[in-house]
Amino acid sequence: MQWLGPEEWQAVALSLKVSFWATLLSLPLGLLTAVALARWSFRGKALLNGLVHLPLILPPVVTGYILLVGFGPNGPVGALLQPFGIVLAFRWTGAALAAAVMGFPLMVRAMRLSVEAVDPKLEQAAATLGASRFWVFATVTLPLILPGILAGMVLCFAKAMGEFGATITFVANIPGQTRTLPSAIYAFLQVPGGESAAIRLVIVSICIAMSALILSEWLSQRIAKRVRGTP
Amino acid sequence: MITLDIRHNLGSFALDLSFDAPRGVTVLFGRSGAGKTTVTNAVAGLLRPDSGQIRLGERVLFDSNAGIDLPTHKRRIGYIFQDARLFPHLSVAKNLTYGQRFARGKKPAASFDRVVDLLGIGHLLDRAPINLSGGEKQRVAIGRALLSSPELILADEPLAALDDARKAEILPYLERLRDEIEIPILYVTHSVAEVARLATTVVVLQNGRCLKSGPADQVLGDPEVLPTGVRAAGALIQAQVTKHHPDGLSELSAGGIALFLPGHDQPLGQSLRLRIAAHDVILSRSRPEGLSALNIIPGRVTALHSGGGPGMMVSLQSAAGPVLARITRRSAEALGLAVGVECHAIVKSVSVAREDVGIGAPSAQTPSG
Repeated sequence: MQWLGPEEWQAVALSLKVSFWATLLSLPLGLLTAVALARWSFRGKALLNGLVHLPLILPPVVTGYILLVGFGPNGPVGALLQPFGIVLAFRWTGAALAAAVMGFPLMVRAMRLSVEAVDPKLEQAAATLGASRFWVFATVTLPLILPGILAGMVLCFAKAMGEFGATITFVANIPGQTRTLPSAIYAFLQVPGGESAAIRLVIVSICIAMSALILSEWLSQRIAKRVRGTP
Repeated sequence: MITLDIRHNLGSFALDLSFDAPRGVTVLFGRSGAGKTTVTNAVAGLLRPDSGQIRLGERVLFDSNAGIDLPTHKRRIGYIFQDARLFPHLSVAKNLTYGQRFARGKKPAASFDRVVDLLGIGHLLDRAPINLSGGEKQRVAIGRALLSSPELILADEPLAALDDARKAEILPYLERLRDEIEIPILYVTHSVAEVARLATTVVVLQNGRCLKSGPADQVLGDPEVLPTGVRAAGALIQAQVTKHHPDGLSELSAGGIALFLPGHDQPLGQSLRLRIAAHDVILSRSRPEGLSALNIIPGRVTALHSGGGPGMMVSLQSAAGPVLARITRRSAEALGLAVGVECHAIVKSVSVAREDVGIGAPSAQTPSG
């Protein structure tokens, strides 16, 4: 992509990297949370549900500030992680964490709906055929919720690509480190003569979003067909 | 053999049941809401009874005193559900073999090929469950349960969701299962026709309690039980095919008494189970002459039961077995019926219907007299 300057290209690559890791690392916890909310009954379920959805409702700046307080160098979690060489504040890893937290509710919602759509009678049938709880999940539940898992990942990825408020509050806007696509567009718009670069990045954003949507639609249709059993 | 003795609170009433299910088909029979599915779910481990014990052969599946409650997947029970519950994301072949991977080292009741052949599902193996008819789905579900190497087959109203044609399609396969596979079957139904065709042993369930249990012909012929309700009451009779007449009638012998049925293609000597509905039986003190009915069974009155209404139920003991007749109280008085009185049961023309005959035959009611 010759028409993208190195600075612009850097922002695109960073955004993809941040969103990829945010989505991938949220996946196990997201799936567990979705199953817990859909199937299990336990004390504090309402609290967990509230916590998961909080970033959806809170102003992103508030979420970013909470992350900064908690995961910053002086924050309780940040101080805990520092001895292990894990630094989040003002690093791309922090941007990934912010993106993950913001995308998490969307991921969990999609997965939870698909778990709730699985007929527990099928799982009972699998148990009578000798499958333990693990195997019931691996061979019946998991294949049936694949479309929901995929949808949740796409939503999380999309949210991560667009995340701005929490990211800029938590990890600032450092070129090459935390300047993701939205941050870069914002930065270009702040300087005189930056419009053309901003527009190029806007076009790239639209292209990435469109491709992701088309890819996910295609994948989910394929999987849905397989799950429903139509050839 | 399964031994069950459980108590469970079901809200409106309490289930308190104890029975043994020997080899063959034990039918758990009762109206909707009598607690039948609670029993099968307790046996399968899908429901934990309040107290009691369930044993399968030597294995204890559940014992509230000893604190034993084996999880469902370790019970080795093949459950055939009313809704086939095939896995939609797997092909028919993969559905059938699903249980095999969890039953490694266990002796299978029948090989894959034998089960496929027994159920006539060879042409369906590559299909997806969504492309099967209701009857085909249920046959695959039966095969899937069989192939998981179960020690007991549970069938919870497996035909209830199917129309009559599909029922007629599946029943012969269930009979083959009963006769060819050596696994006890606990079968839940509220259908008289299914009990009459399949049952070796019957357990009649009413409001969570066992009203009567025992061999099928005894329980169904007992007017005190009338598990089927007065209108559907009837006796079971075993008969052998002795002759095929050129006029299209087949002659059967039930304990030496000749019975005539519309032509059957069953071989001579074949044993059939006939059901004679009580409301299709007429009683006569003398041997009737000049009557169109061909099937006349002489017997002796063993019991008279009258309910609140104008009708009453008469039990006869005959050489063919027990016969039930539903007549009006007025007729009984006019005939002077009492225990020990000899009389003749005249089975009306349509009563020995082909659909009630034990081996799969198209359901058609043709007059035999």
